[in-house]
Amino acid sequence: MRLLQQILGSVGRLFLGYISHVSHMVYLTRDALFWTFVAPWKGKGTVRWKSTIQQMVLIGFNSIPIVATICFFVGLIMAMQAAYQLERFGASIYVANLVGVSMTRELGPLLTAIIVAGRSGSAIAAEIGTMKVNEEIDALKTMGFNPIPFLVVPRLLALLIVLPCLTLIADVVGILGGFFLAVFNLNISFVRFFHQTAEALVMKDLITGLIKTFFFATIIAQVGSYQGFIVEGGAEGVGKSTTASVVTSIFLIIIADLICTMVFYSTL
Amino acid sequence: MQTNNPIIEIKELETFYGPRKVLDGIDLEIMPGETMAILGRSGCGKSTLLRHMIGLSKPGVGKIFIKGKDITALSEQEMLPIRRNIGMLFQGAALFNSMTVGDNVALPLREHTELEESTIKIMTRMKLDQVGLSGFEDFMPAQLSGGMKKRAALARAIAMDPDILFCDEPSAGLDPIVAVGIDHLILKLKKAFHMTIVVVTHELESVFIISDRVALLDGGKIIALGTVNQLKESMNEKVQQFFNRMPDPEKIDKESYLNSLIGEW
Repeated sequence: MRLLQQILGSVGRLFLGYISHVSHMVYLTRDALFWTFVAPWKGKGTVRWKSTIQQMVLIGFNSIPIVATICFFVGLIMAMQAAYQLERFGASIYVANLVGVSMTRELGPLLTAIIVAGRSGSAIAAEIGTMKVNEEIDALKTMGFNPIPFLVVPRLLALLIVLPCLTLIADVVGILGGFFLAVFNLNISFVRFFHQTAEALVMKDLITGLIKTFFFATIIAQVGSYQGFIVEGGAEGVGKSTTASVVTSIFLIIIADLICTMVFYSTL
Repeated sequence: MQTNNPIIEIKELETFYGPRKVLDGIDLEIMPGETMAILGRSGCGKSTLLRHMIGLSKPGVGKIFIKGKDITALSEQEMLPIRRNIGMLFQGAALFNSMTVGDNVALPLREHTELEESTIKIMTRMKLDQVGLSGFEDFMPAQLSGGMKKRAALARAIAMDPDILFCDEPSAGLDPIVAVGIDHLILKLKKAFHMTIVVVTHELESVFIISDRVALLDGGKIIALGTVNQLKESMNEKVQQFFNRMPDPEKIDKESYLNSLIGEW
């Protein structure tokens, strides 16, 4: 009887803890979106552009090399895997379709989001978490600053701007990876590959891919900030929150991707 | 500005951490211009009391009036104008590590006032000069020693010329000489600006130097209130223990010790 009570108790506590995390994250996102898009128009506070641009460089510009490298290789890998099957039917030119469509619709946005979550989402959590541990967040509050417009908004805004840009770079570089294989291994000329890609891709592919990135950007910024704000107990706490931010962001990104794809699949 | 109305008034404050009662019915009045030291052992709830006074956490029961306004009933947004008249020196200095010392001090001026950048620069230098850090405005906080960080944080706390200055353990983690330096600095600022100062500490030395009145906190209650001399003459056992630096009497009760080992109470 006591064991049953303990089991039910811990399950309940886990569930309640989970619910409270989710609800706090929803509140934080609501506030952050309010301070980003509504408050400046109502004349309540301004967006801190200097800090936003700093974040854009840190999150966006500095990620270009790693995003480009990974996506180039993934494009190359996909082309090889596709060619392996398509060559048997003498249809290796369709490598262009496969790489082009899957890169723009799915892999470009997803890979970029996952790389940025690992690179910058964790940095956001660590930075805000360290500030929390050093009482800097308390200091902000006592000086009459709201930490959300001060810390969260520049990061959210930066991500909303740079993630679509990074995704576009990823798309192009990924296709380039496929092109690399086609030209040097499958003996398809540059012009043919280019035409085939242009014919296969429609605007819808690109746009559905880019719409997702806004959700991904919001998830990375909010999960990172939230994990930073809940840090307790020194350096160890910062480490835990950083890890949690990456795991949670990637999980939520996949869920968001699933929902987006389901919506696009059934409506568009 | 000396009136008989208290600038800070705490009424029947109670707080819980989970099931544990941290503050148990605190009543305290702090008059304008006085320096109140809140003295107590580690874990007696003095930092919690300070957090309530600056509105960083809300108490379970009770009210706190700052200049006649009940801050426990205000929203975050309504707190902002009150907070601008409050300076706070944090235990770990809490300087923003991503900004220079000068930017740290200038931040409240830049955000809360419409002053010209050149004026702000001059005011920043003045504030840094007052705490003995002139010429350090382009240093990063990480390049400063512990005592210098505290001084810089003090400069930031007084940047807006607040009416009330709260200090959380101003001499914690500093060597005795630097610690005395900070105490004297607080005294100097008090004379120069007629601020009301609330200091939370467990350092007797610094209490003797800076405080007008002392509130001794124990077990979540104020067990003694008065000037340093009044408290020294108090007959209360715990007050005497604190002022004479006596350790806790060791209680050896065989049965309860045995029970604590077995894990039964």
